[in-house]
Amino acid sequence: MAQMNLLQAVNNALDIAMAEDDSTLCFGEDVGHFGGVFRATSGLQEKYGKARCFNTPLAEQGIVGFANGLAAQGSRPVAEIQFADYIFPAFDQIVNESAKFRYRSGNEFNVGRLTIRTPYGGGIAGGLYHSQSPEAYFAHTPGLKIVVPRNPYQAKGLLLASIRDDNPVIFFEPKRLYRASVGEVPEDDYQLPIGKAEVISQGSDITLLGWGAQMEVIEKAAELAANERISCELIDLRSILPWDVETVAQSVMKTGRLLISHEAPITGGFAGEVAATIQHECFLHLESPIARVCGVDTPYPLSLEKEHMADHLKIFEAIKRSVQY
Amino acid sequence: MNARTHMPEKYPSGAEVHSPAFIDGHSVAIPILKILKEDGSLYPSADLPELDQAKAEKVYRAFAFHRVLDERMIAAQRQGRISFYMTALGEEATTVGGAAALEPQDMIMAQYREQGCLIYRGFSLEDFMNQMFSNEKDLGKGRQMPIHYGSNELNYMTISSPLGTQIPQAAGYAYGQKLQGKDAVTLCMFGEGAASEGDFHAGLNMAAVHQAPVIFFCRNNGYAISTPSDEQYVGNGIASRGVGYGMKTIRIDGNDVLAVMKAMQLARSYALEHQAPVLIEAMSYRLGAHSTSDDPSGYRSKEEEAKWQAHDPIARFKTWLINQKWWDEARDKALYESLREEILAAVKVAEKIAKPPVEDLVTDVYDQVPKHLEKQLAELKEHINKYPEAYPFTAGRF
Repeated sequence: MAQMNLLQAVNNALDIAMAEDDSTLCFGEDVGHFGGVFRATSGLQEKYGKARCFNTPLAEQGIVGFANGLAAQGSRPVAEIQFADYIFPAFDQIVNESAKFRYRSGNEFNVGRLTIRTPYGGGIAGGLYHSQSPEAYFAHTPGLKIVVPRNPYQAKGLLLASIRDDNPVIFFEPKRLYRASVGEVPEDDYQLPIGKAEVISQGSDITLLGWGAQMEVIEKAAELAANERISCELIDLRSILPWDVETVAQSVMKTGRLLISHEAPITGGFAGEVAATIQHECFLHLESPIARVCGVDTPYPLSLEKEHMADHLKIFEAIKRSVQY
Repeated sequence: MNARTHMPEKYPSGAEVHSPAFIDGHSVAIPILKILKEDGSLYPSADLPELDQAKAEKVYRAFAFHRVLDERMIAAQRQGRISFYMTALGEEATTVGGAAALEPQDMIMAQYREQGCLIYRGFSLEDFMNQMFSNEKDLGKGRQMPIHYGSNELNYMTISSPLGTQIPQAAGYAYGQKLQGKDAVTLCMFGEGAASEGDFHAGLNMAAVHQAPVIFFCRNNGYAISTPSDEQYVGNGIASRGVGYGMKTIRIDGNDVLAVMKAMQLARSYALEHQAPVLIEAMSYRLGAHSTSDDPSGYRSKEEEAKWQAHDPIARFKTWLINQKWWDEARDKALYESLREEILAAVKVAEKIAKPPVEDLVTDVYDQVPKHLEKQLAELKEHINKYPEAYPFTAGRF
């Protein structure tokens, strides 16, 4: 075991993936010698050469299009989009191409070896264009897998699983935690399952569900609730698509209550999907309406960031409302 | 230490001037390669492609197949037997000639009007029909509109409807071939309309910067649906952009199959030897409609079309073949007659083949069918069982 921050864990996973398979490539804007703006790819060009770890022109649709072609050819591309906010120029290549390659060809061709890594989320004073959480746009697209880790241990295990998964995966990295989250990470190879939620702590009064950087906020709210003798069960969804209905439903049948929290705006956010499904699965077990604590329906602001965020206090209040319903 | 202390090595260069000297696309004069004249004779001292009688005949048979297929499938669409079709009338030399200059291991990533490549590579008549009739034998499992062919065996990437998306993909595909030391290139075809898409610019730049062995082949056929090329771009065609991206570039007569083959043969050896991209702009004309949903009489004159009839690439090549004594009118007539019969018979077979099973609805979304899709399929089957008469093709098949 070693102490690693989330970036080092990502870097370590990429290192393992590139070492084991010559056809694994890392590329994106500033990804080469510089190691990416966050340094997630540091040292990889020195170790594996300029042909396998390189800078690309500033063209997100080009990066993902190129990656689609590489994956269709049999290589294993790990493309970096510098910020999730800039994934939209590549939206067509992801939604119409990566996601549909296998289906439209009747499995004559596929881009299952593709992984797209991208830092997402707020809390870094990044303003409108360096803070977005766009997972819900992609969750509406059959054919993709969407994974969001919450700490360094999860990041390494889930990224290795994403790279080796035979489906295109978008891997959203919580950039607020890149250096802030430090923990024990095995230096050896390991994988965590995609599509499986993790029950982080058991509780009896309410289930709190989230993913990525929001888990830290939810945990803080659960501590406040514990002081009020409210027992929270915490679940990290880890995979947005496909998502683990069973684990969440089992927990809600036990606690009778569910609160979902994410950073992205509430309307059309993935919490809505979870709420509708869990309502269907657990209707007769619910003691209160399923609560959503999410971002305000505005672009992600700069100066009013704190107000915009679904912080621990907003979650704490919603927990109390749910329990007292 | 990462800050640059000097300008990059490849700083753009040129003569220094001391009064303004603007240039535009037309400052780059681009020659056009022509080998075969309209009357079927060769330009004096023209540089011929490598082509023996067997290959020439294969090219011509592909031409004839293409013509008859287009003619018959338009009729089938008009009769309501298939939903949609796209012909390549007048442009067959670009695709058949393009494929004829490649090796079977080279990948072809096309737009949608390039079935000539597939015909040349030997996609069977049955395979064409099964795709167009979306039946259970379609390699694409009946998921896409007609003419969205694809074949792993023939290295022809399945067509995608969004325009130009194959361009950056071809750059990536070719880069993968390069890294693995493959003796292969990628041919990427698109029209001049698709060259307006962001994917074109991103794709060519990616290929140029990363030196991918890809041949970008622009079929400049004058129209993007109803938009004529002079409303599509200004400047010296698409070829001038290849120069801008620092790419080996050539413009050819796209209705001259010998020019297509010559340029493609050279482009292939260049791309392979130098592991670098090439851009070919083939000047042609879309004699037919954009698709069966389009009516060109709304945006161009019969006179204009008639003028281009004279540039027919197939008639031109046929005359040359006959002059070579490699072909004759009797064989020609017999070929066309037998093709018409074969294609008509194949239509009748394909339209009777069953639609794909309902399970195909949920396969290939992922490598394995995930739980939520299994559940949705089970619910759907239960529903179909309740109303079997409302779902004729799939009911009773599970």
